Order: sequence, then C-alpha cells, then structure tokens
Amino acid sequence: MREVDLIILGAGPAGMAAAANAANLGLSVLVLDEQPRPGGQIWREVERAAPIRGDILGKDYTEGARFARGLDHPRITHVPGASVWQVDATGEVAFSKDGKTEVAHGRRILLANGALERPMPLPGWTLPGVMTAGAAQTLLKASGIVAERAVLVGSGPLIYLVAAQMVRAGVPPLALVETQTRRDLWRGLPHLPRAILGMGYLLKGVGLLGELRRAGVPRFIGASGIVIEGSDHAAAVRYVSGGASHRIACETVLLHHGVVPNTQASRSLNLPHVWNAAQRCFQPVVDTWGRSAAPGVFIVGDGAGIAGARAATLTGSLAALAIARDLGTLSEADRDLAARHLRLRLVLERAARPFLDRAYPPCAEALAPADDTIICRCEEVTAGAIRRNAALGCLGPNQTKAFGRAGMGPCQGRYCGLTVTEILAAFHSQTQAETGAYRIRPPLKPVTLGELAAMEEQTEGMG
Amino acid sequence: MKPAFRDLSPEGPRVTVRFDDRDLALREGANLAAELLAAGVMPFRRTPVSGAPRGPFCMTGACFDCLIELGGVTRQACLMEVVEGLDIAMPKGRRDA
Repeated sequence: MREVDLIILGAGPAGMAAAANAANLGLSVLVLDEQPRPGGQIWREVERAAPIRGDILGKDYTEGARFARGLDHPRITHVPGASVWQVDATGEVAFSKDGKTEVAHGRRILLANGALERPMPLPGWTLPGVMTAGAAQTLLKASGIVAERAVLVGSGPLIYLVAAQMVRAGVPPLALVETQTRRDLWRGLPHLPRAILGMGYLLKGVGLLGELRRAGVPRFIGASGIVIEGSDHAAAVRYVSGGASHRIACETVLLHHGVVPNTQASRSLNLPHVWNAAQRCFQPVVDTWGRSAAPGVFIVGDGAGIAGARAATLTGSLAALAIARDLGTLSEADRDLAARHLRLRLVLERAARPFLDRAYPPCAEALAPADDTIICRCEEVTAGAIRRNAALGCLGPNQTKAFGRAGMGPCQGRYCGLTVTEILAAFHSQTQAETGAYRIRPPLKPVTLGELAAMEEQTEGMG
Repeated sequence: MKPAFRDLSPEGPRVTVRFDDRDLALREGANLAAELLAAGVMPFRRTPVSGAPRGPFCMTGACFDCLIELGGVTRQACLMEVVEGLDIAMPKGRRDA
C-alpha cells in the first residue's frame, strides 16, 4: 500500500495550493484527481488552454497555470484520472484508475472536492441541448468549442462571465434570461459597504455587463414561468419578464443559479454538516484551519463553503500549515505567523460574497419545481412524486429515496439532493437542517464487480 | 441544419473513433464528450427508465448524463480523452427492452 503524509482529493485551486505548500513544508503528498489534467473546474485544462485562449478566458483563468505548475515537485505525486470511491477517517483511500483499484494511506486527508452547480430543475431541463453554464465554459476552456444559438438562463456572476467569454469568442449568446429581480438587488445593498473591500469583484462584474451591452446581447431580468420546449432536443425557451411573455428559439440552453459545495466525500465520512441559509446549501463543519470533526480529515475550498477560486487557494494553504504542524515539520509560532497574511487576504476575498448571495439568489421556481418537473435526472422522478411520498409521511430525503428511487441512480443524488431537501422542507414546514440530506455510502463512484474481485485477489495474494 | 457548436481551433491531428455505426474524425487527446458534441453526436444515450434521449449536462463528472458504452462498460465521456480506435456504443433503452 502506498503510504504518504497527506492525501489530497481534488487538483483544483484548493488542492493544488495545499499540495505545493505541504510539499514545501517537507511533507510527502499524493494528489488524486478525476480529470486527466490539473486545474479543477475553474482552471480546467489551464496549462493547455491558457497559451492559446487566454485572451478569451481572461486573467483570472490564466493565473491558474502557476498553481498547476506547483504540482511539479519531487515530494508530490499527482495521479490524474483517479476516481476516489472510498475514504475513511483512518486515512485509507480507495481509488480506481484505468479499471484497477489501488488503496493508499495518508497520515492526514484533505478533501478539496470543490463545488457543483446548484441543480436547476425547470420544465425541459433534461432535454439534450440543455447544459449548465459551467459546462459551456468547460467546453470553451478544454476544447475551444462554443455553443451557437444559446440562451443563458438563471442568475449569478458566472452567467455574465460565460456570456462575455462567448462574445469574445465571436459567438455571442442570443439572450440572458435572468431570474433575479430589482428587489433582490435592493436586498443586497446593505451589504455593499462591506463588499467595497472586495471591490475587484464588483468592478469585474460591471466590466462584464459593459461588454455584454456593447455587444448588444439582450438581458431580461426577473424572469419567471420558465419552460424549455422541445421533444427530443431543446428548441426554445419560454418565460415571462416585465409583464410580457417571451419565446426565444434556440439550440442550446445554459442553466445556472449558483454553485454549492460538493459534499459527497464529507457526507460519506458521516461528518457534521450545517445549513448555510444565505447560500441555501449544506456545508461541512470545519474550524479556521479547515479541520473537520474527524481530526485527521481537513476540508478546504468551495467544498467547505462557497467563496471562489482565490479563497480556495488560501484555505488550502492554511490547511497545509495546520497539517505540517500536526506532523511536526512546522512550529506553532511559524504556523501562526504564516497564517496571518493568508487570513487577511481571505477576509478581502470573502467580502463581496454576502452582497452577491443576496443580489443573485437562487431561482425560486427551481427551488420549488412544478409537480410534473423531473427533479431526479437519473431515475426520472418528478417533484410531484416527492410530494406524494411526503404526503404518505416521508419526512426526509432518505425516506423518499427508499419510496421512490430519487437519488438512487449513478449520480447518487448530486443533482437532486438539495431539491428534494427543499421540497420536503416546504411541504412539512420544517427547516432544511431538520429535513436533512441523503446518507452517502461508498462507492462514491461506480466500480465494476470485476474490479472489486481483482482487488480481493491482490489482497489474498499478499497474504 | 447548421452545427450546434463552433470549433474555435479545428486544427490538430485527428484520429478515427466509432460511435455506433458512424466513423468520426476527432482531435487526438481532446476531451471525448466535447469532441463528440462538436462532431454533431446527440443524443449520447437513452435512459434506462423511460428511454428518453440525453446528452452532456455538467461536463464535470458529476451528473452521469454523458454515459457511453466502451467494451461493455458504461463510462463518463466527459472524463475521457480521445484515443485512436475507440469503439463506442450508445447505451440505449429501458431495462426491460
């Protein structure tokens, strides 16, 4: 079994920063990541794409290349294409690569699993041609492929960024159908003074909106009654905005209303999670170093609470300091000294968040979908089916899962979990925290029986 | 019909990949799901529950909607890179079909 000081799950901003810092502090590090190349989602394919498409993708993207290069260190082993399917609190991690499973042991474990786009169940969202806005951005980053005749639907800064990148690529979207209202903006205003500390983010947003205006991309705000039309492929988006009904014929619909922590691994460890009311999602409980309730397990980056890529590099670096202290390569005084400027930068990075969370809240009709809207994409379970099971007495997601299969498919609830929690909480007039979330059990990713059998033979061979 | 995606940099060596009975020339080493989309492949699969068509949704490895079949095993196309000679089958249809 491979034995290292630290195993890091995820090679995005948090994981890469933690790996480089831990290695520089003398620790041996194993970085496991599902993608073929480092960068995570935000800096996906950064080493290949930054030189050729840096002008379209912008400086916030190209700066990721520096972190990807940081993995090139004699004490870091980066294993790409590795699907982690089991983690336990003693430090054992099982991962599958090229159809074979390997088990490694780390004296400490760091989860840097990042974020998922918040599920956005609207009528027609399962049709081919409907993707997340993040997916469109990935296509652009990783492959230089841009959707023609696309409409962006939802709310949040990412929509503006993706739209601006499409404009720069010469393929502007047909329209932005935005679900936030002017009232949401008013709700954000009390948080604006604090957001001045994060001025960079606000100015970037204003800049993006200017780019879209100059390119003549129409924006519709306060959109409701959104329906994606089409029989075997998305063909149009229908919605109401400004008191009038609209219909835009299109080929691609890009959905987005924020990102949420990917908690599959932290849930599988049975770690405590709390409901973040401002961001409407669950997040694991961690201390200011990223340490979870299991002392050997740290959680950093967006997987511990949404704050963006730069904040993720900072929380990753902070955890590396604490882990080096744990394992005796750093004194307490040096740890605290190094942490001081990281914490200061973290305050600045997080300053704009409360304003953005209120000005761009999740789309209300996707949090409470109509009865005939599919909410579990894998098992094709509708919101109405969840409500019927709620009426039969199901109080939480694990009960509706047993009754009606929602959350039982290959994605294991990643794209229905929060929706089911919201629907049940509303139905029973209870809080989301009381309603709870899916229990997650390994394997976290599908593994073939053949692979498990081969693992067994290996173990027997060793005995 | 015009293609649904524009390829900003179509240059680079291409290799042959089979999707059901179609031979496609895809960029070697590029993301498989993206290359299939650019080649006009849609849907990628049909669901086991209702047989509904599906294609890539999240492109991050989370949603499992880009599943394809390779050598009898379903794989996530968005987590794979194009290599010469891939022989892909579209997962189709219902469990009882």
